[in-house]
Amino acid sequence: MSIFVDRNTRVLVQGITGSAGSFHAEQMLAYGTRVVAGVTPGRGGTRFSTDVPVFDTVADAVRETGANASIVFVPPAHAADSILEAAMAGIPFIIAITEGIPVLDMVKVKRFLEDRPGIRLLGPNCPGVITPGQCKIGIMPGHIHRPGSIGIVSRSGTLTYEAVKQLTDLGLGQSTAVGIGGDPVNGTDFVDCLSRFETDPQTEAIVLIGEIGGSGEEWAARYIRKNVTKPVVGFIAGRSAPPGRRMGHAGAVISGSSGTAGTKISTLRDAGVIVCESPAAIGQTMHGLLHRKKARAARGHGGSLPRLKRGRASPTVRAAGRRAARADQGTPEM
Amino acid sequence: MRIHEYQAKEVLHGFGVPVLRGQLATTPAQAEEAAAALGTSICAVKAQIHAGGRGKSGGIKLARSPEEARDHAEAMLGTALRTAQTGPAGQVVRKLYVEEGCRIERELYLGMTLDRDSGRITLMASTEGGVEIEEVARVTPEKILRAAVDPLTGLQANQARGLAFALGLRGVQVQRFVQLATALYHAYVATDAALAEVNPVVVTVDGELVALDAKLEFDDNALHRHPEIAALRDPDEELEREAEAREHELSYVALDGDIACMVNGAGLAMGTMDIIQLAGGRPANFLDVGGGASEAKVAAAFKILLADPAVRAVLVNIFGGISKCDLVAKGIVAAAQQVGISVPLVVRLEGTNVELGKQVLAASELDIIPADDLADAARKVVAAARETAPRATA
Repeated sequence: MSIFVDRNTRVLVQGITGSAGSFHAEQMLAYGTRVVAGVTPGRGGTRFSTDVPVFDTVADAVRETGANASIVFVPPAHAADSILEAAMAGIPFIIAITEGIPVLDMVKVKRFLEDRPGIRLLGPNCPGVITPGQCKIGIMPGHIHRPGSIGIVSRSGTLTYEAVKQLTDLGLGQSTAVGIGGDPVNGTDFVDCLSRFETDPQTEAIVLIGEIGGSGEEWAARYIRKNVTKPVVGFIAGRSAPPGRRMGHAGAVISGSSGTAGTKISTLRDAGVIVCESPAAIGQTMHGLLHRKKARAARGHGGSLPRLKRGRASPTVRAAGRRAARADQGTPEM
Repeated sequence: MRIHEYQAKEVLHGFGVPVLRGQLATTPAQAEEAAAALGTSICAVKAQIHAGGRGKSGGIKLARSPEEARDHAEAMLGTALRTAQTGPAGQVVRKLYVEEGCRIERELYLGMTLDRDSGRITLMASTEGGVEIEEVARVTPEKILRAAVDPLTGLQANQARGLAFALGLRGVQVQRFVQLATALYHAYVATDAALAEVNPVVVTVDGELVALDAKLEFDDNALHRHPEIAALRDPDEELEREAEAREHELSYVALDGDIACMVNGAGLAMGTMDIIQLAGGRPANFLDVGGGASEAKVAAAFKILLADPAVRAVLVNIFGGISKCDLVAKGIVAAAQQVGISVPLVVRLEGTNVELGKQVLAASELDIIPADDLADAARKVVAAARETAPRATA
């Protein structure tokens, strides 16, 4: 099992003849992703890489190939239009890689999708999603991943690769890794991914990577506290970022005190998440956590996870969990 | 992108926001002429810098005669104005806006920006105008009224009316407020703004509403479709290195440490700053070369990093996804040939085309300290910075 994508996902590439689109379409094909079609207006009827048909419109591509996921590499000025084209053609999963889409374009896209609950948008400005060994729809380097049981959700692209590599180097594979993107207005959020990982039988533990700004991590913490029983290891980027030049009064007014690294870290810790101090410690922290879990199982604790969640475990177990969490947090692996 | 108050007022006036008459002045003589031309018994001489908090810091002075306006201009022009938002160095005043006075009965706040949680433009209004809205939000958040705008319908008159009544406006003032809020919303959408703020909106003793101050910021990603807005940029208000970074589409923020870093991806760039700090060093900047970093872009980034005299060591941390490590490596080599690298250089490459990238670096004559992973890179660059003497500043 996995979330969002697997070996049966039929992928369409929008902007397949552009420089980023063609390079990554090749990479996805090489990874084994079922790339069934491409779209570049005006290039319909041609072929990409010997056997991928290119169409003028998404509707044509869907009708001819049954594509059920689309990845958008279209330049920022036209990317929102491409996302809407995919949505109007009924593609249920749209992954927007494009960086630099005007915010007001995305405000309209988000509003359009609110009326279409069957369509999921991932991104924009994201690395995409990968279920190792089965399907890669994105720009992440495939070779650093391996199949396994850790679910990853992240707002950052390259920081996700960093975490994946640490996990893989320690022998910990991934169920699915999702990059939700760093733009202020985007589709799939932390909570969407956490809820899917929680119910995915293959996923044993979760890595959550956030950064300063917005309040997605605070929402994630609230959700984890109530609904997630699997252990979560986190990292929040931007602790060293100075408050610096402000981005204007009003933005800060809307987000209130949320948005700082300190607030996000403490909110996540209160929800039982083990938050690493160092981005280099994500793998080790997860490794230690799973190791303790196995040790407990061997000692006859029935194989259940160290419960760090309130309201579900007894006070003693909770205290032990917090001690374990503190111990992890006190030792950044430098 | 930010613009000056006088520019914001010109833009907003074009959309029907009522503003006071005023003139730009860059010399004391011009300020005197402007005050005389306005012909009002009182006028305001306002420093034009890209930072708020001017009123409390002596950046806005009232003049009762053209001569007094000239005296204020002489005192302000060319001096650095320090406000709560400029940082300790302040911002040099190069332009003044001389504006007619008005008789104030009430001061209100009206602003709009994106609410990230709902993904909608949200209006904020408050009876507490003319003071720092952040302070209002902290102390009396209930005094900030909000209305979220559905992008399908745009701002509706009933929403603006609701705010107007809640602000205690009555009669024709309600109508004026609806007109002002609607004009501000139209300006926001038409220019792809990121923030539009009128603080204060003044209710005059004659019952008219007017924008006494105005602030507009724009979405950098949308400037390509608003050349008339892009032309309002004032290079004097930007750090030279930051302006150069923007030209090369690099995201660069100067900080006060001594370890320069060049990273791809904002999250990893922040994570790299974090780990430098954890290892006992201080980052000199945030620099995200972005996705698909080309050779030329990397070379430009290097020049910008090295232009900071405080830098004692450089850390390049690239985890290739869209970016290909070999292109990044070529950029490093090209930059080294063009500008010369006089400080230790720690390079960590990983991801797409990593082997090709390492080959390019190995084949060059560059003295590079390679790093295996993020923690190793942080340790090495902090150690290297400690061993390097501070560079002589020209």
